[in-house]
Amino acid sequence: MSTAFPKAAKVALGMPQLRSNLAHATGTIRGKRAKVVGELDDWERLRDTAAAIKADVQHRMPELAVAFERNATAAGATVHWARDGAEANRIAARITRDAGAEEVVKVKSMATQEIELNEHFAAEGLSAWETDLAELIVQLADDRPSHILVPAIHYNRTEIRDIFRGRMADAPKGLTDDPAALAEAARLHLRRRFLSAKVAVSGANFAVAETGSLVVVESEGNGRMCLTMPETLISIVGVEKLLPRYEDLEVFMQLLPRSSTGERMNPYTSVWTGATEGDGPKDVHIILLDNGRTEVLADEVGRQALSCIRCSACLNVCPVYERTGGHAYGHVYPGPIGAILAPQLEPGRHDDLPYASSLCGACYEVCPVKIDIPEVLVHLRQQGPHGAGEKAAMGAAEAVMARPALWRAALAAARFLSRPWRGRGFVRRLPWPASKWTVSRDMPVPPKESFRDWWKERER
Amino acid sequence: MNAREEILERMRRALDGAGPAPEPPREYRRSLDADVDVVELLIDRLVDYKAYVHHGIASIPEALGEARRVVVPADLPAEWRLGEAEFVEDEALTTADLDGADAVLTGCAAAVAVSGTIMLDAGAAQGRRAITLVPDHHVVVVRRDQITGHLAEALPRLDPTGPQTWISGPSATSDIELQRVEGVHGPRRLDVVILADSALTHRQSCSSS
Amino acid sequence: MSRIGLFITCVNDALYPQTPKAVVAVLERLGYEVDFPRAQTCCGQMHANSGFRKDAAKLAKSFDRVFGSYDAVVTPSGSCAAMARDQYPGLIGGDIGERVYELSEFLLDHAGVEDVGARFPHTVAYHPTCHGTRALGLGDKPLRLLRAVGGIELVDLPAAEQCCGFGGTFALKNSEVSSAMLEDKCRNAAGTGAEYLAAADNSCLTHIGGGLTRTGGPRPIHYAEILASTA
Repeated sequence: MSTAFPKAAKVALGMPQLRSNLAHATGTIRGKRAKVVGELDDWERLRDTAAAIKADVQHRMPELAVAFERNATAAGATVHWARDGAEANRIAARITRDAGAEEVVKVKSMATQEIELNEHFAAEGLSAWETDLAELIVQLADDRPSHILVPAIHYNRTEIRDIFRGRMADAPKGLTDDPAALAEAARLHLRRRFLSAKVAVSGANFAVAETGSLVVVESEGNGRMCLTMPETLISIVGVEKLLPRYEDLEVFMQLLPRSSTGERMNPYTSVWTGATEGDGPKDVHIILLDNGRTEVLADEVGRQALSCIRCSACLNVCPVYERTGGHAYGHVYPGPIGAILAPQLEPGRHDDLPYASSLCGACYEVCPVKIDIPEVLVHLRQQGPHGAGEKAAMGAAEAVMARPALWRAALAAARFLSRPWRGRGFVRRLPWPASKWTVSRDMPVPPKESFRDWWKERER
Repeated sequence: MNAREEILERMRRALDGAGPAPEPPREYRRSLDADVDVVELLIDRLVDYKAYVHHGIASIPEALGEARRVVVPADLPAEWRLGEAEFVEDEALTTADLDGADAVLTGCAAAVAVSGTIMLDAGAAQGRRAITLVPDHHVVVVRRDQITGHLAEALPRLDPTGPQTWISGPSATSDIELQRVEGVHGPRRLDVVILADSALTHRQSCSSS
Repeated sequence: MSRIGLFITCVNDALYPQTPKAVVAVLERLGYEVDFPRAQTCCGQMHANSGFRKDAAKLAKSFDRVFGSYDAVVTPSGSCAAMARDQYPGLIGGDIGERVYELSEFLLDHAGVEDVGARFPHTVAYHPTCHGTRALGLGDKPLRLLRAVGGIELVDLPAAEQCCGFGGTFALKNSEVSSAMLEDKCRNAAGTGAEYLAAADNSCLTHIGGGLTRTGGPRPIHYAEILASTA
């Protein structure tokens, strides 16, 4: 089994500034989310509906994908299909060149991060400019995103100011770490690029089968810029993003903003259907992306991970994520959802991620589409691989526990053998592998008289 | 097999033996309680987003403030073009023209009180998407009868396939320490002019400025 | 309820006899007769949650054999009750899981008692353990019982709903992250100044207590022991 997560987590835990940034940011967003969720008396009913709609989408995926394609095409879009990331990247690069462009502006999109579109474009001599503030920060810092919604969550304002000062050629002189000043600097930096871009690349939050429409949910207006100003628009959309009906937006658009930024509604939502004469891009392309999703669909328990709407509420409440940050997960989808999505999207890799959870269930509690993340974690753990030592220990424990007489004998032996430590009441240091426990916790000592002894005595 | 056929085939194979999913329950709310004053609620939410709210046609010049050059869609009602500003109709204005304008004045298709959302669908008095995006100041006129309480009441009023833009306050970001900061790439100032119906005509004061 | 079986859990069987004794005391004080089937061992949770489904199913079957004939099974563990109720149907089928109750559920929902006649003149902070609170949906049930205890002074535990970092084998496989979670839990517990830290699961209390003996802070105690106290 991979040990990448525990190792990377250990590194992250040794960075006090990172831990403090994460604790501050996740604490803030938890409070905001709780407040706006508390305003809706039908929150649980909305979750039930959303979960059921997504399950319906999964069961009818071929039919809905074809309906979406038909309706989007009728509205003037060109629909492409990509089996994997490489194919999607090739299609996007070809469209860009055909449009006579060498660069694209990008709306924040998890799908394009997943398929490493920026890296592919760079390798082909094309440039992809991130325009979301957090993505811009991460791109300028030559870093990787660490959160689905707020990719730069691991930086505080002072660190962001330093990145802008050091890496942004047109950063205003005397730039302070006031968030408003930092946002202003990003506005100035990107404005000319927006107004002159020929091609934009986006993802989509939802793809409505009934109408062939795509939906992008955002805050800054960079999304609107990308979706409106260029002549050519390329949207890369995972097949799981489908919704059957336009009406379904009334459910998801209540759940998503409240769960992600803790707002009643995000500042901007764009819904577009193919191309509109005289309004926005003339050349509209949609790339429907598989990239492992149909593999996930085949797993009856695991497929609920495809319901994810990328709100990141599960990251914000996860006690593991809060302490390690996103980089430790080693995948574009970090946190609890990443722990069930990454190993399913890339079978054979990330097999340590299903163990990166104490199964505390906080993620399930907040998930707006009710993905039972603990259930899927446990399900994926069955696929192992399990180390020889673990197998032996579990096997032995089962063998003893399945035989009541043996179990009683084992307990009696433990009480007898632990006599030397009974006076103190605990053991401070144990040999490996129990040392993994005693590194930070004492181990209690079995009692002199067990409950069983007491019960027997009482019955006499 | 081409990519399309192969992906559809993978989906069918993945779902082999899976029956249909149950019909989703739809027990959630589709409206607010009858006693909610949706106008008051909308105003409260807009102010919360740091948008500015005005009342009545006569307050349009005040909402436009210092703006001298104001872009308007060609079908903007003449009676809204009030004040000293120069109203420039959007007849294929260039991006530079839009960038050089001080403000844009439009109507809307619907508004949702509970979330403070103004919705555009490229219909009457709204123009194309770029005109409400590039200028740094958006003044939007909302008629009382366009205000709904709940999102589920507003969606049916929009053209489902027209390009829609839902606007909840001025552009903002929460990317720095998850604190909301207003004003990034979209208009940094949003003024909403509410046109009262007969029951509200005598209330033409400015609730916030 | 005619026949009540007591499932003491493997952790209490091995380490904490005082907790099941307290459960017996509380139930008998309320007039219930309790039976302790000696063939009981473990609910299989550790195996199930570690991905050893077959082993877990064997233990679940043996649980079903031992407790199948009881009308109700009462246990002082939110996570073991959640294991039986949530995972048994998928593992072994049957309905035994539906008849397994965490102590506070039994007292409030079946016995209909909030005040069990206890007295415990001490300051107590309460940690809502994850499986009990979330998987089983206990909510504030143990806390409601504690509020009715005479002489008790309950103090708020900051960030109470956050996991202590135990998570079974998580504490070993991701020892560093687990320790970081524990560190915060112990700091918050110590900061309350309470004499005791109560919870509905001795496995979590083993973890937190194992940290508190090093850092100092309240003494871990299963809330059943508080309910049993008449001091």
